[in-house]
Amino acid sequence: MSLHLWIIPLLPLAGAAINGLLGKRFPKALVNTIALGFTAAAFAMALWVAAQFAGLSPDQIPHIERYATWLSAGPFSAEYGIYLDQLSVIMMLVVTGVGFLIHVYSVGYMEHEGGYYRYFAYLNIFMFFMLTLVLANNYLLMFVGWEGVGLASYLLIGFWFLKKSTADAGKKAFITNRVGDFGFLIALFLLIKHFGTLQYDSLWPLVSKYPVESGAAGLLTAIGLLMLVGATGKSAQIPLYVWLPDAMEGPTPVSALIHAATMVTAGVYMVARSHLVFNRAPDAQMAVAVIGTLTAVFAASIGIVQTDIKKVLAYSTISQLGYMFMACGVLDYVGGIFHLMTHAFFKALLFLAAGSVIHGLGGEQDMRHMGGLRKYLPYTFWSMTIATFAIAGLPPFAGFFSKDRILWSTWSSGYHVLWLLGVVTAGMTSFYMFRLWFLTFFGKYRGPNPETAGHTGAIHDAQDAHAIGGGHGHGSPHESPFVMVIPLMILALLSFVGGWVGVPHSLAGSDRFGAFLSPVFNEASATPGTEASVAAESKPEAEDHGEELAFSCISVGLAALGFVLAWWLYYKRPEIPERMAKAADGLYTLILNKYKIDELYGAVIIQPLILLSTNVFWKGIDRGLIDGAVDGSAAGAQETSDAMRHMQSGNIRSYAGWVAVGAAAVIAFMVWRGVR
Amino acid sequence: MVPLSYYLVLSAILFACGVAGFLIKRNIITIFLSIELMLNGVNLSFVAFAAQLKSLDGHIFVFFVMVVAAAEAAVGLAIIIAVFRTRETLNVDRVNLLKL
Repeated sequence: MSLHLWIIPLLPLAGAAINGLLGKRFPKALVNTIALGFTAAAFAMALWVAAQFAGLSPDQIPHIERYATWLSAGPFSAEYGIYLDQLSVIMMLVVTGVGFLIHVYSVGYMEHEGGYYRYFAYLNIFMFFMLTLVLANNYLLMFVGWEGVGLASYLLIGFWFLKKSTADAGKKAFITNRVGDFGFLIALFLLIKHFGTLQYDSLWPLVSKYPVESGAAGLLTAIGLLMLVGATGKSAQIPLYVWLPDAMEGPTPVSALIHAATMVTAGVYMVARSHLVFNRAPDAQMAVAVIGTLTAVFAASIGIVQTDIKKVLAYSTISQLGYMFMACGVLDYVGGIFHLMTHAFFKALLFLAAGSVIHGLGGEQDMRHMGGLRKYLPYTFWSMTIATFAIAGLPPFAGFFSKDRILWSTWSSGYHVLWLLGVVTAGMTSFYMFRLWFLTFFGKYRGPNPETAGHTGAIHDAQDAHAIGGGHGHGSPHESPFVMVIPLMILALLSFVGGWVGVPHSLAGSDRFGAFLSPVFNEASATPGTEASVAAESKPEAEDHGEELAFSCISVGLAALGFVLAWWLYYKRPEIPERMAKAADGLYTLILNKYKIDELYGAVIIQPLILLSTNVFWKGIDRGLIDGAVDGSAAGAQETSDAMRHMQSGNIRSYAGWVAVGAAAVIAFMVWRGVR
Repeated sequence: MVPLSYYLVLSAILFACGVAGFLIKRNIITIFLSIELMLNGVNLSFVAFAAQLKSLDGHIFVFFVMVVAAAEAAVGLAIIIAVFRTRETLNVDRVNLLKL
């Protein structure tokens, strides 16, 4: 049975092609009809496929469709094909669903922007590459999607490319990702060298024959670590996370779609997809867990002091991605993907709501100039509230179930230090999110006075070159149009109920998400005929739920503590934070400057590279050697010609003389050699 | 019978005279005559070889050379007249418009 899955990625590609090639002449209504139409069609098709998928019997999963051979070189070949299992179904639904909502939102958000058709063409092409990434049936095709989403990300970060910082942010994202891609590519080369294939279905049986590399690190550890390098680039983990905060220069819906909900989770997806490799490489898996945890706590600490609303959310994204890696590292892939899904809902919502705030304020992003906005933007306020509670991990919102699952599996796998860091991060998450919430929506409005803001609105636009406004005058803060508010409401609903699919047994739930997804990570079913050597998912069912419940209470308690602290510091006594910042001036400045990691990279990596390039490659090799050779041969030719020029005197008799001398020379030569 | 070498030496002398005249003289008509002298020097060696080898080929060549020389004389003189009309000189050193 064929489900014609190839249609799903091609639908947004068609939208991108039409808008990208012809959209310049289209009216805006036509552009967004095309972009939304194709995305909606992809989502509808994804839903239909998911319904069909539910009807498949377990031995028909994974459902693989092969369309053509893409390339073959000797014994190696890669296909165009689609690999549909529970994991890719979830990813497909998240990408098309959240993607569609963000397309809808963009119609309102980008209304006053130039390059409208370009924006939607890029957004559609992102959807195409992301779907290629999650649906591919081999690593090479996945890599195409992997690079493609990087390209789309670059294009969309640099959407307002006339502003230098925006163009730089795009370049930074692209180049940082290249560093990670390098690791991923080497991992793929190793796979080709040792297994001769990148097709999932033929690779898994070969990989599963390998024993667990518990004593000495071996091939699979190397592959796992290199894949992790790739994942740190794409998913913004230490040490390659630096591009994501800068990526906030792009339009806010892009931040929501690419830099929160979907693209940055590609690394998590890749690690989960490669679970057979990581299961056999404890060192690599340990590295995943440690990097994830460190990133989570590190980014959360930066998020606490940021004042730009989008920057807070960016660091929060990095931190949440850290949780997902932490889950994958302790072999709770289900938890990682569960958090990926709930995070896609609430983080997309947070960004869209933040975008709605920015839109309502005419481009203002600094939280110090907000405050009291719940009166002006009621819908945004309520959806933001749900998202904030969800990310803070308060029950019964979505984030609680997924985050708690991760923390519990970290503890129960014996990584107690990582658990502690994770729980601290949970408290910090709650604190900085409620700080954002209080600063934005409570207290007094600290922006320009609404009554007299008619003329100061212009200053806002000037302050921020990519202000949303320009088209409409910005008096007092105002609620966004319905085309933006409706996606907020849908995402708010999802952030509220999205976690209920995975209510754990300890809370008398049935964990249907886990039951649905775990066959993917169950080794015996993934590789029929081989002994399942690793107990990845097998948590004993008859576990004592009391302990798990206690741990849930700890994390909820910390989240509540974060809430109270934020309430105390930013609502009740808003003068305290300033005094605290003054008291701990050095530390505060250090964190405000993001631990000066950008400066460190600049000094350690970028500056030496620039010096090397300038002095050796540019001035030495390029200008000295290559230009020298070219210029030298040109100058040589000129000198020679200059000397030879005098032979062309224009004097007939001298020409005749040369002819005579030449003839005489020829004759002399012939006489000397002896004429034959 | 006169030996072949005599003819060849005479031919070489005639040719050398032609070359020398061509190189030394500035008057275009003299140069033109020098060319004819060279041609006839060559013709002489052709007929000499033809007589020596008892072959008609050399004679045929000479006829061709004469025909070409006649044609060349016609064209050449026409050019000389045209040059004289425009430049009012026959000195080749002053006919140097193509010189850079």
